[in-house]
Amino acid sequence: MTRDDAFLQFLLRMGDNTLVLGHRVSEWCGHAPVLEEDIALANTALDLIGQTQMWLALAGEVQGDGKSADDLAFLRDAWDFRNALLVEVPNGDFGRTLMRQFLFDSWHKLMLERLKGSSDERVAAIAEKAVKEVTYHVERSRDTVIGLGDGTEESHARMQEALDYLWPYVGELFASDAVDAEMVAAGIAPDPASLRADYDAILTEVMAEATLSIPKSGFAHKGGRDGRMHTEHLGHLLTSMQWLQRAYPGARW
Amino acid sequence: MAQPSEQQVWDWLDTVPDPEIPVISVVDLGIVRDVAWEGETLTVTVTPTYSGCPATAIISMDIETALRNRGVRDIRVKTQISPAWTTDWLSDKGKVKLEEYGIAPPRPAGGPERCPRCGSKAVEKVSQFGSTPCKAHWRCTDCLEPFDYFKCI
Repeated sequence: MTRDDAFLQFLLRMGDNTLVLGHRVSEWCGHAPVLEEDIALANTALDLIGQTQMWLALAGEVQGDGKSADDLAFLRDAWDFRNALLVEVPNGDFGRTLMRQFLFDSWHKLMLERLKGSSDERVAAIAEKAVKEVTYHVERSRDTVIGLGDGTEESHARMQEALDYLWPYVGELFASDAVDAEMVAAGIAPDPASLRADYDAILTEVMAEATLSIPKSGFAHKGGRDGRMHTEHLGHLLTSMQWLQRAYPGARW
Repeated sequence: MAQPSEQQVWDWLDTVPDPEIPVISVVDLGIVRDVAWEGETLTVTVTPTYSGCPATAIISMDIETALRNRGVRDIRVKTQISPAWTTDWLSDKGKVKLEEYGIAPPRPAGGPERCPRCGSKAVEKVSQFGSTPCKAHWRCTDCLEPFDYFKCI
């Protein structure tokens, strides 16, 4: 694997995470329990899609065959996506959506803080921009997880169920492979495994405040960030997200 | 036509309203970072507020249209993401206009100083997010009016 091959994979991982999660979160538009939450979810989705444009535009540049961010978003198939499995699981109820958001945001913020010091100035610039938005995301998802976890009997039970369901998808965020080793060697990105201790410290604190128990199992579903095996859910998501460009290739507004 | 000075161009841009908050100009918003002639081409450097803000594309178009209407023919609007946009770049004039319009201006303390309508300091947050990416939703507990707060980033 050349450095550019690894760099491309790294950029697709960042951009596909924000793209797929942005699409998932946008599915709430018009359906959230109250207007303020609807607006907050739509704004979060918008930030994530905006960040996707920057990551995938850079991926297209590194790939060097003239592909735009839109080409990469709308014209690839499920097996070409490099997002972690966590972001493609269905929304479930509002509680599960916010639990997934918190589990992702906490990782995302730690990752972006480190990427601000990337040896590649384009990566550092995107991270500098994105981390400001993500700081807002995690503030809200953290508060909501605490509010619902330490809420009514019903909301507590649902949040514990959400954490139990999503926990096996957390480990993949910290899995390292040859792509990561190459990024570390180039000084472009940190080893994801090196973010785990800080992540666990945040989770321990927040889940204690939310009166939720972190599952003991260390089992992790994998196969998203290396594209080896996505869940069945990604294909369904793409049929909706990519429908227009597939039915009417090259359609423009 | 003689090439207008860079200061002249800044003055023109100060009349281009933000599409979402029309009382302030794109210069007040702090997103115009540079104006420079490169030969016959006028380059305007713009830094987006939020990466997904749909107003960004409209703003670039509005800038181009305004300059074209003033007779500038060769215009390049360049997007620059670093250094990242910050509310520190809002002009003082812009902050005053925001408050007059009913939007509490950003503060490093992380919340509005007072209700833009009645001036009461008894305010509380409704949601970190509001009607556009750059705003949060607050309310006054004295006059009970909800209002937008321009988030400090």
